[in-house]
Amino acid sequence: MEMPPPDQSIISQRLKIASDLAGIVGESNVMSDEVSLKTYETDGLTAYRQIPMLVVLPENTKEVSDVLSFCSKYGIKVVPRGSGTGLSGGALPLEDGITIGLGRLNQILEIDFENRCATVQPGVSNLAISQSMESEGFYYAPDPSSQIVCSIGGNVAENSGGVHSLKYGLTTNNLLGIEMVLMNGEVISIGGKHFDSEGYDLLGIATGSEGMLGIVTEVTVRILPKPPIAKALLIGFPDNDTAGRTVAGIIAAGIIPAGLELMDKTAIHASEKFCKAGYPLDVESILICELDGPEVEVQELALQVGNIATACGATYSRISESEEERQRFWLGRKSAFSAAGQVAPDYYVMDGTIPRGQLSKVLNRIAELSEEYNLTVTNVFHAGDGNLHPLILYDANVPGELEKTEEMGAKILKLCVEVGGVLTGEHGVGVEKRDLIGEMFNEADLKQQQRVKCVFDSQHLLNPGKVFPTLHRCAELGRMHVHSDNVPFPDVPRF
Amino acid sequence: MPESFAPQSIEELITIINWAKSGVHPLEVLGGGSKRTLGRPVQSEMTLSLSAFDGISEYQPEELVLTAGAATPLTDIESELLNNKQMLAFEPMKFGKLLSTNVSETIGGVLASNMSGPRRIKVGAARDHLLGFHAVSGRGEAFKSGGKVVKNVTGYDLSKLMVGSWGTLAVLHEVSLRVLPAPESIRTVLVFGLREQQAINVLGKAMASPHDVSGAAHVPENLIGSFSTSYISKIGGSVTALRLEGIKSSVEFRCRELLSTLSVLGEVEELHSHNSLQFWADIRDVIPYSQCNRAIWRVSVPPSSGARMVADLREHLAVDAYYDWAGGLVWLALEVGEEAGANVIHRSVIEHGGHSTLIRAPINIRSAVSVFKPQTPAMLKLTERLKESFDKVGILNPGRMYPGI
Repeated sequence: MEMPPPDQSIISQRLKIASDLAGIVGESNVMSDEVSLKTYETDGLTAYRQIPMLVVLPENTKEVSDVLSFCSKYGIKVVPRGSGTGLSGGALPLEDGITIGLGRLNQILEIDFENRCATVQPGVSNLAISQSMESEGFYYAPDPSSQIVCSIGGNVAENSGGVHSLKYGLTTNNLLGIEMVLMNGEVISIGGKHFDSEGYDLLGIATGSEGMLGIVTEVTVRILPKPPIAKALLIGFPDNDTAGRTVAGIIAAGIIPAGLELMDKTAIHASEKFCKAGYPLDVESILICELDGPEVEVQELALQVGNIATACGATYSRISESEEERQRFWLGRKSAFSAAGQVAPDYYVMDGTIPRGQLSKVLNRIAELSEEYNLTVTNVFHAGDGNLHPLILYDANVPGELEKTEEMGAKILKLCVEVGGVLTGEHGVGVEKRDLIGEMFNEADLKQQQRVKCVFDSQHLLNPGKVFPTLHRCAELGRMHVHSDNVPFPDVPRF
Repeated sequence: MPESFAPQSIEELITIINWAKSGVHPLEVLGGGSKRTLGRPVQSEMTLSLSAFDGISEYQPEELVLTAGAATPLTDIESELLNNKQMLAFEPMKFGKLLSTNVSETIGGVLASNMSGPRRIKVGAARDHLLGFHAVSGRGEAFKSGGKVVKNVTGYDLSKLMVGSWGTLAVLHEVSLRVLPAPESIRTVLVFGLREQQAINVLGKAMASPHDVSGAAHVPENLIGSFSTSYISKIGGSVTALRLEGIKSSVEFRCRELLSTLSVLGEVEELHSHNSLQFWADIRDVIPYSQCNRAIWRVSVPPSSGARMVADLREHLAVDAYYDWAGGLVWLALEVGEEAGANVIHRSVIEHGGHSTLIRAPINIRSAVSVFKPQTPAMLKLTERLKESFDKVGILNPGRMYPGI
């Protein structure tokens, strides 16, 4: 992965920079020794590693602001980092850059039940928000699989989803406001406890901007009363096509389940071996369909979903009889990634979204690719919103296998775009899909996005090397002309 | 030089915008033009009509996605969705009665204003339902963003910037929207005779209950007579209303539960489908103020502050108010006077946290006062730079939002 060329003049000043930063955040909050730095060398996308020049751990907004103005003044690149669970390399450090860890901004500042919102610092974990209000019957809806660890600041940066996003939306649909520090150190407050904003929707553009527009230092989220009950149906199918038709049938019946997840045979077997969730092993795929609401609603919809599945040709169906059983159905799904880790030394998670109707075509093509590349693929799928996670199993110690895996992964993502879908549904572009972004966007599309980047960070100091395959100088973006609609990105010079 | 353009193709649209850009000819961008009298008047003598970009181009109900030309009438989209038992869940407003116009809203205009109806509290705003678009920027460049699937984080979410930008950044010509199943059944629980603050507390409690309320409004006694259903207009006191939607058995169950909880507060009643639909359409479309000629403001504040803010305002101004979004959306009416209360209202909204928009007032007022709550200097700077990043010379709807924007 090619990154912007490191600035040797910055690297040569490393110790001076460390001592200046210590003057801002205190000596104990600056890391410069190799052992400490090494823990920050990668995020959830472990295929890429780079030891950062320095790590800084500010403790409040003012320190974040002071660090950024300092870096801005001296032209030092900055990589923000939450908990480091991201799956697209968004927090991959730079050799000549400072990684700013937001873990010490970890306070829940206010829970306002009257206005049904909570204001928290970015380092608070996703799950901790829900836990802090559990006793009052409230929760924060988006629930990425890594919710025990992942931080809300990271969720904002990546616009994280989760298994319940079909009914309750992504991060962007559950935010009311943020405080954000711009690269020049300016602190801005966007939104608040009210809905929507006057002027341009800066909250909307900041969410999912992968830490490239500003560093979020406070987040106000909407909170919701917990539904009275939730039940999950576990349904087995003789083939993926039947499962796909069942998903379409459920949506066509006007039902929006709280979660609708599909796992293919390889994923079922891997999960079952890993955590014994009680999945049927004589089926080609399973659907987990969660319904929540008042009991009378859940029961009626469960019956309907069961009937739709049977009519489509399902061969197995079971409804959770207890909360414990419901959790167990989910355990297998939520452990799908870890389970893959048990059957192969390494795995590579893809994250394309496709129109639901294309599911069986895409799964068949993935099976062909799997054979062609001689690499096992397991598929888990947020079937409700069309977000597919093929996991390619490989062994990084076998020379050439990572490259082979990446090549196959790229083919899967191109396939997603080809059938009318997109490159990434919830993991972000980061460095991982950076060079594929031209599959979806042409040069004019990308230039407009980069102009927005320039509005917030005209020197390209904040998280450079992510999302865009080519960084144009901001001044240059103003006078570029687009000649062709299809600029082949692999051929243009990078950096 | 023609005074209005109606490009028939994307190529023509690009040509016109490039022509306007090179000569710095400002354009007023129009879908149908239903909201021309809303907001700051555009500083332009030429119009750019998108009327040719009309029609639904792609709609597969089971994908929950609809793609249409920006000038497709809202009513066309809504009736096609209804045929498939689906809807635009954010309940776009219909401004016809309030602004005295027969022009139909277009989907592009709906998105440009980001004005969402009562269900905003449950399903989000217009901004949450635009999945992707094709547009031509004020720089004359065709570009796109987003896609035609619900879950997508590829690249910056430019759709969010488009929604609520009042056509000042780019000219949308094709939009893809998230659609949702329409509820099978609707009921509304009414509580009679509550005072404003008490009503807001009740709405807040209902929102905190697990009954999945999809509309929460309060109308004071003096406005009840203006509602279009006689059942409502004949009620002689204030009405506090909570809407429940979903499958019949669930709606009936939740309705019973709410009625029994709320009956301790006073007289309660339930509205069934037809009356419910009409009541919430009246709330959404500001029917209580459609017959008068006063200035109308739309204010969004934290829900628990709605009634307090109005009480504060009444120390300085004679305002009428009714509440949607559990108190978070306040519709204000007051005599136009010299400035339609602009300074007092903006100041109060800034104090309580929120935003305020002057929806209806004579043109001389809308040209003179801040139609949208003034921004902080830091935000204004970003606004100016964003405008420039899409529309460098400022030819798209200049002045529509703020002076020069």
